[in-house]
Amino acid sequence: MSNSTLSFVRTTMEVAKAPPASTVGVVGWMRKNLFSSWINTALTLFAIYLVWIIVPPILDFTIFNATWTADDREGCLAGGHGACWAYVEAKFGQFIYGRYPVEERWRVNIVFAIMAIGTVTLAIPSVPYKKWNAIFMLVIFPILAFFLLVGGYFGLHHVETPLWGGLLVTLVVAITGIVVSLPLGVLFALGRRSEMPVVRMVSIIFIEFWRGVPLITVLFMASVMLPLFLPEGVTFDKLMRVLIGVALFSAAYMAEVVRGGLQAIGKGQYEGAQALGLPYWKTMNLIILPQALKLVIPGIVNTFIGLFKDTTLVLIVGLFDLLGAIQLSFTDPKWSTPMTSHTGYVFAAFGFFIFCFSMSRYSIFMENRLHTGHKR
Amino acid sequence: MARQATKKTAKAPAKRATAAKTTRAKKAPAKAAKSNLVVSDEVAIDITNMDKWYGDFHVLKGIDLKVMKGERIVVCGPSGSGKSTMIRCINRLEEHQSGRIEVDGIELTNDLKKIDEIRREVGMVFQHFNLFPHLTILENCTLAPIWVRKMPKAEAEEVAMEYLTKVRIPEQANKYPGQLSGGQQQRVAIARSLCMSPRIMLFDEPTSALDPEMIKEVLDVMVDLAETGMTMIVVTHEMGFARQVANRVIFMDEGQIIEQNEPETFFTKPKHERTKLFLSQILH
Repeated sequence: MSNSTLSFVRTTMEVAKAPPASTVGVVGWMRKNLFSSWINTALTLFAIYLVWIIVPPILDFTIFNATWTADDREGCLAGGHGACWAYVEAKFGQFIYGRYPVEERWRVNIVFAIMAIGTVTLAIPSVPYKKWNAIFMLVIFPILAFFLLVGGYFGLHHVETPLWGGLLVTLVVAITGIVVSLPLGVLFALGRRSEMPVVRMVSIIFIEFWRGVPLITVLFMASVMLPLFLPEGVTFDKLMRVLIGVALFSAAYMAEVVRGGLQAIGKGQYEGAQALGLPYWKTMNLIILPQALKLVIPGIVNTFIGLFKDTTLVLIVGLFDLLGAIQLSFTDPKWSTPMTSHTGYVFAAFGFFIFCFSMSRYSIFMENRLHTGHKR
Repeated sequence: MARQATKKTAKAPAKRATAAKTTRAKKAPAKAAKSNLVVSDEVAIDITNMDKWYGDFHVLKGIDLKVMKGERIVVCGPSGSGKSTMIRCINRLEEHQSGRIEVDGIELTNDLKKIDEIRREVGMVFQHFNLFPHLTILENCTLAPIWVRKMPKAEAEEVAMEYLTKVRIPEQANKYPGQLSGGQQQRVAIARSLCMSPRIMLFDEPTSALDPEMIKEVLDVMVDLAETGMTMIVVTHEMGFARQVANRVIFMDEGQIIEQNEPETFFTKPKHERTKLFLSQILH
């Protein structure tokens, strides 16, 4: 007897069996995720109740009670208390281009089209010629866009920036901020970790200064105070000043995000690279930054999204971005109804959401794509 | 397979010893009779009276060490004795504050160009491998040859595959470090260093972070490397490896070299009390 309990030798190997039916499939999933305990069941029912009280009114407002076609406010007033989409349709040009002259809007369209094609092809990993595409988008496209949008050369009619507005301003401010802030932020992050005292001090002062003041202050300073300091006769385009302000402001935030990533990279990576004889910039470009930036993709995109939405603040210095253009249109008596502003804000929210949500999804896609197994 | 490898390597040192004796007999008969310290009369590393401090703490005290080309030195000692710090000074991962270090005839100073020059010639293998997790095994191996040695990519890949074959993992070339076992990662790290065709290899506790089952595969690769005549300094507590491969064992404590000797004498007749105590602790 004692022999049989102490010694055991397996003679046949067990065969893998299928799991019990109640743990797999839809039923298994619901049991596990929705009704695993009485608290979970209560929460599930509560959530269903919330959906039931919130979703139908939203659908009523945006779809079922909405007025889709009307010539002016009368049509929307007759339609009841739903959204007045006819107004959005009538004002759509203004939302997109601001007061950009109608006969010149094709220039904006070309810029939008090139930007969309360039960005999409750059974003899809399998499209070839990434290097040339990147050079085009980062060097040639901004110059091209500048001449197309501003005009005054090659027989193009000059369009002053105060006429720009709507989505055009939002995109110009946001994209300039995004494109300038990332490389600048990386430089300041590296600078803050530098062993050279002057470089480190300059980086710290820059970062702390721009992080220490609110964006509204930066915008006010840029548009109201700066002209006071400049010599008489010297003027600087207001949009340009705002662009510089926004870019530097977000660069400071970006620097801290990137620094967080740099700190997560172990000393061993630096030593591994150094021991192979890689000099500083090559170590950074080939070893440290690819890993650090990958780690902080969520933080970087977070800053981008924040920046994108912060562009709405340019309203206070008299520039009309997408939200500004929409608010401006509320004053038009032709479309003034109780539902106009609601409709406008829903549309604004929808517009911003599309851009921000795309950025968010793309960042998740990149995170998964760049994931290379467990990290030591 | 494993048994064969041990047999092969067990024979090798004996062969080398006789070979060394004959060459030495011609050059320096008086000295050679005492020990097999001298492998070549070319100096690879020359450390004279080197001191290092971490703040107020005196980590390395008056280190004198001359390593000849082709020598295989094992450094051992209790933790905190300065073994790692010493070999890390050789490729300037740590800066020494006084004394002199000459590697391959180049003196280590603050001159960044000279430091990079030395690092190109001195390979290093770390306790925690320090592979680059965002690059494949092959990319890990070709990175430095391409960017530092300016080697064409195709050639660098050819060289890398050659060394990956030598460390017996050519089939892992397109995986990422995170997909490999510890022992495999360490062998990749060795191959990565060798791709730069270094003249000297430093090993900083290469097997300390490995599971027991994986230590041997790494040591086997290191034994193979020793047989090619590579100058090696190995910080390790693998005393079997020291007996088999080293032609000099150095014992350090409190930032000083306490005793050094050829392995046989070092293990059987240690002279210093501290060495005896240390050996009695680790050789049960």
